[in-house]
Amino acid sequence: MTSTPPTIERETRASRVTRRSLQALFLVSVSMPFWAESSTLREFSEFACLFLMAQMWNLLGGYGGLVSIGQQAYVGIGAYALIGLGNFAGVNPFLAVGLAGACAALVSIPISQIVFRLQGGYFAIGTWAMAEIFRLLVANVAAVGGGSGTSLTAVRGYSKWARESITFWIAVAVVFGSLVMIHRLLQSRFGLALTAIRDSEAASESQGIDVRRTKFLVYVLSAAGFGVAGALYFLSILRVSPDAAFGVQWSPVIIFMVIIGGVGTIEGPLIGAILYFALSKLLGDYGTWYLVGLGVLAVIVTIRFPGGLWGFVEQRFGLRCFPVERRVVARIPLSGEDHA
Amino acid sequence: MDILSVADTLVQGILLGSLYALFALGLSLMFGVMRLVNTAHGDLVILAGFFGVFLNLVFGVSAFTTLIAVVPLAFALGYGLQRGVLNRTLSRDPLPSLVVTFGLSIIIQNLLLQLFSADTRSISAGGLESRSIEIVPQLSVGVLPVIVFITALLASAGFQWLFSSTRIGRAFRATSDDGEAALLMGINNEHLYALATGLAVAVLGVAGIFQGMRTTISPTDGPAQLIYAFESVIIGGMGSFWGTFLGGIILGVAQAVGFRFDPGWGILVGHLVFVAVLLIRPMGLFPRTSG
Repeated sequence: MTSTPPTIERETRASRVTRRSLQALFLVSVSMPFWAESSTLREFSEFACLFLMAQMWNLLGGYGGLVSIGQQAYVGIGAYALIGLGNFAGVNPFLAVGLAGACAALVSIPISQIVFRLQGGYFAIGTWAMAEIFRLLVANVAAVGGGSGTSLTAVRGYSKWARESITFWIAVAVVFGSLVMIHRLLQSRFGLALTAIRDSEAASESQGIDVRRTKFLVYVLSAAGFGVAGALYFLSILRVSPDAAFGVQWSPVIIFMVIIGGVGTIEGPLIGAILYFALSKLLGDYGTWYLVGLGVLAVIVTIRFPGGLWGFVEQRFGLRCFPVERRVVARIPLSGEDHA
Repeated sequence: MDILSVADTLVQGILLGSLYALFALGLSLMFGVMRLVNTAHGDLVILAGFFGVFLNLVFGVSAFTTLIAVVPLAFALGYGLQRGVLNRTLSRDPLPSLVVTFGLSIIIQNLLLQLFSADTRSISAGGLESRSIEIVPQLSVGVLPVIVFITALLASAGFQWLFSSTRIGRAFRATSDDGEAALLMGINNEHLYALATGLAVAVLGVAGIFQGMRTTISPTDGPAQLIYAFESVIIGGMGSFWGTFLGGIILGVAQAVGFRFDPGWGILVGHLVFVAVLLIRPMGLFPRTSG
């Protein structure tokens, strides 16, 4: 009787199921502009923005250990880059969504030189102060309407259907593209370094990982993602103001999604974003009490269930939908089975 | 610009900055003792202010008398918050404490919105808020801002004395240097951390009442106060309460100078001074370690 040697695998049954369902979902969603309501399309675009923000915040705070309350700086920069490129430079507004991400990444390079001088909690508030600086600066620029904001006039040439459909397709590309990209990224050498930093900064430093450089790169990448999300959000609602774009109201939403879903995993922000979206549609009318509830839930989850919802599922059922690590799979033959 | 208006801007800036110093002392103390950054710091200022508004409106308690109720309650709130919630979030990872205090900030803001609506309020100080003393002709200072200034000065001196010259201050420093070693020496860290937060929030209680008397407050004003407190600490340099006091003054003067040029630029000039300090002297202007 011989037994097959153990193999090294990354795929799990859950990950194969996840991939197939995502492929099917992708095909279905691409066809949606031909049959779905335009309000559904709009809501999906909003969801795509929140989802991308949650993933990018998780990459930064969950993996990179850079907890930020100021990523709205890049939401705003993305939004105003869309206005600047679309309204003033005559760039195709849909193309400008991608360029807005590049703008946010560019701006984040000098900003990182300022905020990286602060550590831990002070880093968090420092990023917030930077977002406030951008908000006040933009509120003083008369060309974009100052404090009261301006409209995206660059989309005027498109029919309502074309505008809504292209925006929706960008949103679809953002959701599925970012999932694939983040999964690949975390499987790469860079992702390995990032995961090591998540687990222990001192230990990864001693293993030769350039912690500072890795953190810098993840900060710039996160800024780019927030820039795209900001541009897409305001492409969908067509009007932007400094308070809406650079306001701190983004932060509790993002942090809630990541913490409730499960910080430091790919599945967590996805589940968090879906849950947040469902909750806000169901209970959003309760306004202040709803927000009090979200705050209480975030506090309880952080203290009692630091792994969030996904952490619980992963521990309880050993599920891995987006496996990053490799596992040794030993195939032990059942007694009586003939392998000859 | 004549010399009098320059002097006036400076004096108003210094007086405004002393209020920021009062916000910042507690942030500096909590970070110094346990490396904890409380993102609900500014919301606690506003919470205290609204408690003052409530006592003032409903029971007709005079502005300064509200302090007798607000300060002990603020201390108890801080102590309980640390003991019951925040102690469980302390770790090398800044994420749990940041998320929990940020959650508290959202809770406080929305409860205040629910109870008091989004209207701005103020605490009536029986005419004191509009009284002023003339130093020289055309240059006068408000009585209330001067009271705030003296309070901030005394609080800074008190914190510095407490930290450097008392038994409890020695315990604070010991825990700050090495929490586990302090634990082995018989120091009860959990109690000590709660005392630090209690003290910090008690000072915020005073600051909140002053804020409510000096100007108007609304439920969502907290985050701005947190940022001013934070900038004061960073400008002043960590580890010294006098540094924090001076950091607040510098921020106040920067804002007053900005406001003098254009009302839209006041707050922004303050932020820019903070960025300049961070770029040129990341340790702050008056860090303890440089002396």
